[in-house]
This record gives sequence, C-alpha cells and structure tokens, in this order.
Amino acid sequence: MPNGTTFLTRSGWLNLAILAIFLLVVLPLVVDPFRLNLVGKYLTYAFVALGLVMCWGYGGILSLGQGCFFGLGGYCMAMYLKLEASSIENTKIQSTPGIPDFMDWNQITALPAFWVPFKSFPLTIIAILILPTILAFVIGAAMFKRRVGGVYFAIITQAISSILTILIVGQQGYTGGVNGITDLRTLNGWDIRSDHAHTILYFVCVILLIACLLLAQYVTCSKLGRILVAMREKEDRVRFSGYSVANFKIFIFCLAAVFAAIGGAMFTLQVGFMSPTFVGIVPSIEMVIYAAVGGRFSLFGAIYGTLLVNFAKTSFSESFPELWLFGLGALFIGVVMLFPNGLAGIYRSTLDPYVKRLLGSTPRPKSADPSVSQPAE
Amino acid sequence: MLGGYTFTDLGSIFVMQGFAGLILFSVFVLMALGLAIIFGQMGVINMAHGEFMILGAYVTYLTSTFFQAHLPGLFSIYFFVAIVLAFIASGIMGLIVEYVLIRHLYNRPLDTLLATWGLSLILQQAYRTIFGAREVGVELPQWMLGSWHATESIEIPINGMIIMALTILITIGVGFLMYKSRWGKNVRAVVQNRAIAGAVGIDTEKVDRYTFGIGCGIAGIAGAAFTMIGSTGPTSGQLYIVNAFLIVVFGGAQSLLGTIASAFTISQTQSTLEFFLSGSMAAVITLLAVVGLLMLRPQGLFTLKVRR
Repeated sequence: MPNGTTFLTRSGWLNLAILAIFLLVVLPLVVDPFRLNLVGKYLTYAFVALGLVMCWGYGGILSLGQGCFFGLGGYCMAMYLKLEASSIENTKIQSTPGIPDFMDWNQITALPAFWVPFKSFPLTIIAILILPTILAFVIGAAMFKRRVGGVYFAIITQAISSILTILIVGQQGYTGGVNGITDLRTLNGWDIRSDHAHTILYFVCVILLIACLLLAQYVTCSKLGRILVAMREKEDRVRFSGYSVANFKIFIFCLAAVFAAIGGAMFTLQVGFMSPTFVGIVPSIEMVIYAAVGGRFSLFGAIYGTLLVNFAKTSFSESFPELWLFGLGALFIGVVMLFPNGLAGIYRSTLDPYVKRLLGSTPRPKSADPSVSQPAE
Repeated sequence: MLGGYTFTDLGSIFVMQGFAGLILFSVFVLMALGLAIIFGQMGVINMAHGEFMILGAYVTYLTSTFFQAHLPGLFSIYFFVAIVLAFIASGIMGLIVEYVLIRHLYNRPLDTLLATWGLSLILQQAYRTIFGAREVGVELPQWMLGSWHATESIEIPINGMIIMALTILITIGVGFLMYKSRWGKNVRAVVQNRAIAGAVGIDTEKVDRYTFGIGCGIAGIAGAAFTMIGSTGPTSGQLYIVNAFLIVVFGGAQSLLGTIASAFTISQTQSTLEFFLSGSMAAVITLLAVVGLLMLRPQGLFTLKVRR
C-alpha cells in the first residue's frame, strides 16, 4: 500500500492484544454471568460507536440516525426468533395458531408477507446485512449526490429515525408496537435465555466486534481511509482532484449502518427482546456520545468509551437515578468543550509516547495521524 | 383553501379540522421562528430549543398559580403577563447559554448540536427535579374557555383564536424587527457576510448574543401558547424538536417567509391526514413527504443567496 500506512503499528498490536485479553479472558473470569451479559449488551452499542468513528470521525458525516440501523438489525433478528417461538404447538391457545402473539391480540389472522422471509435463518442473516445497507445507500445517495452534508444530514437522519419509531409504535399489529418484540426463547432450538447461552453469545459478540474493528482498521489505513480524511479536511480539493466524493461518503455511511445492524442483531440475541426505545432519536444521539467519549478518531477508544459510559449509566441509575441525566448532559458538554478527542486524545498525549518508547518503535509520521488536525466542521 | 365554504357538515369538518391545523401551525411557527433566526444567523443548531419552550410553559404555569393565589381579581389577564415573563425568562436563559456555551463553539455546528443536546438533558432533569415528573396544566380564565359559534355547526375555540392572533402579532413583530429596524439590518448584514459586517463596524458578537436571546425568548412565548393546547411535562419539548427542525430546513434556513410557509404546509398536511388516518400514520406520511422533498430539493422551499 504505497499511499497507506501500515495495518497496525507495534503499539496498535499491543492495544489490540490488551483489548482482546480484557474482553475475552479478564472479564469472563472476573464478573458473574449476569454482569457479563450486561457487558455483552454494552458491547453491542460499541458496534454502533465503531461505525460512528468511521463516518463521523473519519468521514466528517455526523449521523443522528444510527439507532435506526441498530433497530433494523435488531428487529430482523427478533422477527426470526419470534417466529420460531410462535410455533403452532406454542401458540395453540390463540385464535390463529402459528403467528406471533401480538398479531393475534390485534386481530390479524395471517402472517403478513414481509414477515415470511424471516422464517428462514439464512434469509434473516442476509436481511440483517442487506436491509440497512439498502436504506443507508438510498439516504446517502440522495443526500451526498446533492452535496448535502453537515447539520442538514444530521437533521434528516434524525428525522428518519424518528419516522421509523413512530411507524413501529403505530403499527402495533405488525411490529409489536411500543412493547416491541418480546418473549424470544430459542435460536434454532437452542435456548438463548440460560446463563450458558449468554456466555457463549458474549464470546460471539466480542469476536464479531474485534472482526469489525479489524475491518474498520483495514479501511482507515487503506488509501480509502486517507481519502476520507482528506475529504473531511478539504472536500472541494478532493473533488477537484477527480475523486467522486459522494461515492466515498455513501460507502462509509453504508459500512457504519452495517456495523450498527450487526450490533442490533447481537443485542436482540443477548437481551432477548427488541423495542422501539432503541430506535428513536434519544438512543441515536446517546450512541454518538459513546464514540465522542472514546475519541471520535479512535476505533479502540470507541469500544472503551461505550463500556465506560454504559458502566457509569448502570451504576448511576441504580443508586442515583435523578443524577444520571445531569451527568450525561454534562458529559456531552464536557466532551465537546474540553476533550474533543475524548479518551483516546488523553491517552495519545499522556501515555502513548512512553508506550512507543518502550516498544522502541518510531513515532508515526504526523500526516498519518487523523487526530492531528481539528475536524473541519 | 377550504374547498367551498358550504354549510354542510362536510364543510364544517373541513373548517374545524383546518382550524385545528392552524393551532398546531401557530405553535410550530412560534417554535420554528426562533430556531430559524438562530440557525440562519449563526448556523447554530439548538437542540435545547424545545426545553426553552418548556421553560416558557412552566413560567406561564407559575404565573397562573401566582395570580390564582394572590391576585384573583386580575386572573383574567394573567396570560398576557405570562407571555412577557416567559419571553424574559427564556431570553435571559438564552443569553446566559450563549455566553457560557455557544460562543465557544461557533464554526463547529456538529459540536454545538451535541453540546446543546447535553444542555437539553440537563434542563429536562432540572424541570423534573423542580416541578416533578407529572405533567402540569394551567387553568384558563373563564372568558378564554368558550368557543365562538361561527355558524350552527362550526365551533371555533376562543383560546385557539388567541394563539393565532398572538402568532400573527409575533410574526409581524419579528418581520418588523428583521427588516425595518437598525438591529435587523445588522443581523441581515452578519448573515450575508460576517467578515465584511465586522469590518464595517458591526459588533458581530453582540449581534449573535442578542439574536440567540431573542430566538430563545420567542421559544418562551411558544411555550406560553403551548400551555393552552396541552399539558406541560419535562420532556414535552422533545416531541416538537424534530418537527421544528424539519420546518426550518424545509422552509429554507435563512428565510422567515419560507419558515412560515413550510410550517403551514406541514401542520395542515398533518391535521388533514389525521382526519383520514390514525395520528401516527399521519405523522409518518407527513415526515416522509418532507424528507423526500428535502432529498429532491435540499436547499428548502425558499432560499437566500449567502456567501460562505
């Protein structure tokens, strides 16, 4: 890769090893299965945060509608699990056996057509990956081809996630309404509610997360990643150099959407339900803060940031529920005003030089570091 | 617009439904006016705008309880006092927020968006701590409660007419301020070319601060109007923020006329559709239509040429 940087520097490999050991060895040994399941739930948000680092940090596109893709992935998985849970034997007390219970309560007598593909597991997996990509492509193509960006894009994506929430809540018979799709039991006959299953799903989640991290790392250090950074800094100059700016933006937005959808699907599997509360504006913006706390230019930071914010949220909500919103609000303001580069920025300026010296590697050339210059926005 | 002003039932339904849309339109316009001024002038996305509105609503609530307890004789005019107080409270709050927060984040619109979102969370929790999580409603004076029987079958509530009159008054006031006053001239100069406006001696920072204050103050008035059609809770503002932003963007960010036109289109579409479909589907179709149109015409309905 003549124009790129190395895939991972020595300290990058060290970070990866630390993350992998922390998530795969330390946490499963230290915490009990209930807490581990909770960490697994947090990690599903980290998929979204990874996507946001890609499209917001590197691409300069802030999407406030990632909850929409998270929800799509989650709902696809939930629909499959719900159909499996609503087999004829399980639902024989209903007036129409074989359809999900909430449909029966809403006087729907046949399975709606868009539910039918979710009877098959492979089709569900394909839907989880393809549906968000199509949606992101349509939104991206419509917006970026017309050179709409910045706050306009943020507002439109926010509106789209709001539309999806209203739609899900309103169409109770087809989507389970405000309660969401609940009471999910098995995946291909395997009980997903036991502690054992939760532990296995946790490991699956971590491995998928690390795979996504490596994919994202591959993208950022390729020529494509360099173009993204260039575009964020001086879009016109990249355009005049002959690159199709819109296509790069569409690509990175689709990638972020797919990450979010994988996170959503893993969320449904680990938590056992999906509801519109994870789709709307509030969760979408909250997911942005995960990436911001971790550092909007740092893939590793996104994961740690997500864990930290969610850990703080859970412990605050348990002991001082009224203080949490104050804390979260202050976090938004503090990160923006005082630490625009988040945890990763603090790490880079304090610990990183020592680590690098210890490893004996030369510091990376300045131009390769995406956080050196302030974002153009 | 009403398809023939007949005295049949259908005609009455159209009139009343149209009027219901107009009340929604009034609240939307009042909210969007403040947002449009702030966004058009400074490029600042104020996600806490709904909370400024709710501040106005709570001030109105406090004024009404104060009048009930201490000045029952003047209760019939409390609303007008409340409007002024709501404007002042939200406006001062806006000035403080601009000074402490927004001022440091100019030229970073996405960061402003996140910071003001954080502010909105803090304000929501503050309202919840101070006023409780339950929604509060104001008691209207007797003369505002009735409705005007235009014909035998058409009834128009008086408080709706008051909100409309208020909206028209505020809109004219803002129009006057922006297009006839010296201050408005300064604002428009800053919108069109900030650097040159500064070079000819306009104190752009001061213009920014007062614009933000006035925008927030108008949100406060929107809140006062809001108490007449709904009850006030800590998170009521959040329900309106997406619509208000879409109105501003759809109208074309720098155009007051566009804001009014798009608020009218969106509120009328929604209330007309609500008659035929369920409320949620009406909202979905309206929002989808707006988003679709914005994808085709991203600059909005009306645009102003601005040098960036």
